[in-house]
Amino acid sequence: MSGEDQQARVEADGAVGALAASGVPVRPGADRDAVGGVVPRWVAEPADADGCAAVAAAAARDGLALVPRGAGTKIGWGAPLRRCDVVLDVSALNRVDHAAGDLVVEAGAGTPVEDLADVLGASGQRLPVDPVVPGSTVGGVVATGLSGPGRMLYGPVRDLILGMTVVRADGVAASSGGRVVKNVAGYDLGKLHAGALGTLGIITSVTFRLRPVPPAAHTVSARADDPARARELVASVQRSHTAPTAIEVDRPAAGAVTVHVLLEGPKDGIRARADEVSSLLPGSSVSEDLPEGWGELPGGPGDTLLKLTSPPARLPAVLDALAEAAPDAGPLPVRGSAGSGVLFSALPSATDPVNAVRAVASLRARVEEATGGHGSLTVLDAPRPVHDAGLDPWGTVPGLPLMRSIKKNLDPDGVLSPGRFAGGI
Amino acid sequence: MRERAIRDRSDESPHDRSTTDPAGAAHGRADRADRLSALVPRLKRICGGDGVITDASRRRTYESDGLTYHAEVPGVVVLPTTAEQVAEVLGLCAAEGVPFVPRGAGTGLSAGALPRTDGVLVTTSRMRRVIEVDPDNECAVVQPGVANLDITRAAAPYGYYYAPDPSSQQVCSVGGNIAENSGGAHCLKYGFTVNHVLGLQIATPQGGLVRLGGKAPEAPGYDLIGAFIGSEGTLGIATEATVRLVRTPQKVTTLLAAFTGMDAGGEAVSSVVAEGVLPAAVEMMDALSIEAAEAAVACDYPEGAGAVLIVELDGPAADVDADAAMVRRLCERAGAFEIREASGAAERARIWKGRKSAFAAVGRISPAYIVQDGVVPRTALGEVLGDIARLSAESGIRVANVFHAGDGNLHPLVLFDDAEPGAGERAAEVSGAILDLCIRHGGSITGEHGVGVDKACSMPRMFTPQDLETMDLFRRAFDPAGVANPEKLLPTPRLCGEVPGVRKDVHPLVAEGRAEQF
Repeated sequence: MSGEDQQARVEADGAVGALAASGVPVRPGADRDAVGGVVPRWVAEPADADGCAAVAAAAARDGLALVPRGAGTKIGWGAPLRRCDVVLDVSALNRVDHAAGDLVVEAGAGTPVEDLADVLGASGQRLPVDPVVPGSTVGGVVATGLSGPGRMLYGPVRDLILGMTVVRADGVAASSGGRVVKNVAGYDLGKLHAGALGTLGIITSVTFRLRPVPPAAHTVSARADDPARARELVASVQRSHTAPTAIEVDRPAAGAVTVHVLLEGPKDGIRARADEVSSLLPGSSVSEDLPEGWGELPGGPGDTLLKLTSPPARLPAVLDALAEAAPDAGPLPVRGSAGSGVLFSALPSATDPVNAVRAVASLRARVEEATGGHGSLTVLDAPRPVHDAGLDPWGTVPGLPLMRSIKKNLDPDGVLSPGRFAGGI
Repeated sequence: MRERAIRDRSDESPHDRSTTDPAGAAHGRADRADRLSALVPRLKRICGGDGVITDASRRRTYESDGLTYHAEVPGVVVLPTTAEQVAEVLGLCAAEGVPFVPRGAGTGLSAGALPRTDGVLVTTSRMRRVIEVDPDNECAVVQPGVANLDITRAAAPYGYYYAPDPSSQQVCSVGGNIAENSGGAHCLKYGFTVNHVLGLQIATPQGGLVRLGGKAPEAPGYDLIGAFIGSEGTLGIATEATVRLVRTPQKVTTLLAAFTGMDAGGEAVSSVVAEGVLPAAVEMMDALSIEAAEAAVACDYPEGAGAVLIVELDGPAADVDADAAMVRRLCERAGAFEIREASGAAERARIWKGRKSAFAAVGRISPAYIVQDGVVPRTALGEVLGDIARLSAESGIRVANVFHAGDGNLHPLVLFDDAEPGAGERAAEVSGAILDLCIRHGGSITGEHGVGVDKACSMPRMFTPQDLETMDLFRRAFDPAGVANPEKLLPTPRLCGEVPGVRKDVHPLVAEGRAEQF
């Protein structure tokens, strides 16, 4: 911690009174509240969006660093925080307002995604965002911008957002977008908060467009001998007229590449489509169930979690790079959307932190080179020792000056999740 | 017969610039005109002699976009050919405190490209190159002046197309689509421009060139692409775009169902949605718009139809056939007295002919009209249409309804005779009242035409002062000097009178003595 930060902390110490004045229940932070190893001084648990605004306003008056939290399943994602005075727990913001006839839902940020799915499912509808990390809340999924296999057809989570209400760093609540599926009035600020890791505002509610639950689904799966063959299979399905929902690749640390194609649609047509895909994938099997591990992130607790993007045709180069990224760890497991070019991988927790940092740097360079500069590698989550060994989670971020400028205008004192985002934002 | 399309102006006081300028502004204007003339040689160095238009009569051809009611002759017009030229022009504008207005093909319907006499109009019409079609990565790289449909033309040989299809797609530019986040009849299934752009190069209002994204999705950092699209030229100018291409569907089937009244048509739409069918497009026309279309293009819709519903389905052949059978059943159940179905291109075009000609066709039954663009939750459509009918009956102003029924986007055409004194004002009142209905039902003041100048003063009816202030904070992160398409999108005191909540501190350029506020 820098001397300046120390000073800020000392000055803020008398601030519990201000937080209490917000009228929101506040308790001292405990070990279980730690964010990336930093235990917050307080945890505020507002009952509603007004409570969030009151806490933010009180914290702003004293320059306290504020970190919003849903279920906390991804609370350590991003770079380590420079400061964490208050964790703002939005769990109580779980109101769901489902307009079934309009295929629209507004959900509080603290709503568990599973609960939301139950409500929508009762009307034969769904939010087509895969539950990548079990137990996540709506706010957490949006703040991390985490999308699963269905992103190929339905788009990433940000594409499904129609409107959003956030509390700004100064405690002012502001909305953008709306509750109708078609709307171009004003800036679409929801896009900006999606994936911003809580650095631009505290998301309090999100309105999504929905889809009907498809009457039938089939998965066609096939092994590929090598990455180049995997790409051929993927490309053949993309060129077909079968309109898949998802085309995934899955390669465990030790094993071959499997290509999975998910088809969804009317019962009458599904078998014919599955047969067509099957004919494109020699030796494939067809199932009415999703394969094991569908949409889950590779790796385990304590691993360094990587997200790699590439133009879809450069898949083989990225798979090859991942096989050779960490000589002491062997091939890295990989899973993700071969159809859209977003893959996830993980460096095992046993990797020496210095080696992990090196592996990330060389892998990033290789991905950027192999994709003609189009691709990227970001580290979503890493153990503290890997960060401390000098990890750069972001790499080159084009547009960073504009991002800093946005941050400066929306959070001039830098109190929202400071340090967590690209470029130290 | 004179055809004239104008739009709602009832909800804002008429803003004749010459009369609303406070006293003393004329002096400032003269200063700015001088500064602009001083800029011309430098603009010519950047864009070349043939890339700068100063001649008054040629400048006049740019005085408005598709919303011709708002017009202002630009101080100077530049036609850059490269991204670097665009950035240099914007850099010069920023340095001199001169406003700029971006313009694509000028087909916009909210006066978003309304020029300024004291500013530079930057038009992308000479940046029309499809740089690359990359079917392997299902994308294309294009310059901003490329016409929307030209992307599909370039991609078609590979079996791909560009999905957003605004009705002006023959001529409207991709850059304009990006500025307005354009949709089209098929956005119900395929989404808007924002869902189809992977990468952008933008020239910022400070004169920088920034690449965001590319052929891979989700570049690290904030989603600036998502925030830029739909920003109506207030955050800079897109100088290149990498857009997604979509596989041409195996089969497309278009159904036309005729009903005696709008209620039955609306019921059919509700049941289609309830059954979980997601058509590519769902369009509806009422008796008056059918009458107009018949008069204009003899589309031969079923006689006696009080409402015509067009449902288009696309995708794998088996799915389309299954869905078409379902839609047919649901329409019959809702009381359709005739259903036509077409899968061939020529037959489908016949069904679409009436719908596509509807706006222009209204000119056949009315000397002038206003096209409104508002959105209501789809389930409120029936009620809102009833309210519109009542408004029309009470005011004696005819309203023809053509709309995207699948997403609740209304395009009421408010008909009047502009030769009749006061008729325009009464029509504008009705148009404004329709917008009120949209807001009252939790909808939006614009579904696809954008805010521009036209609806800037309506923004406070949909958003709180805090919402607007937040948008303004965001805008100024890109454009601290306030030179990028000023007085568009967000309300300003000059445009709308005092607007609570919008920042009124001294403009940075004013503070530095480099500009005057007026």
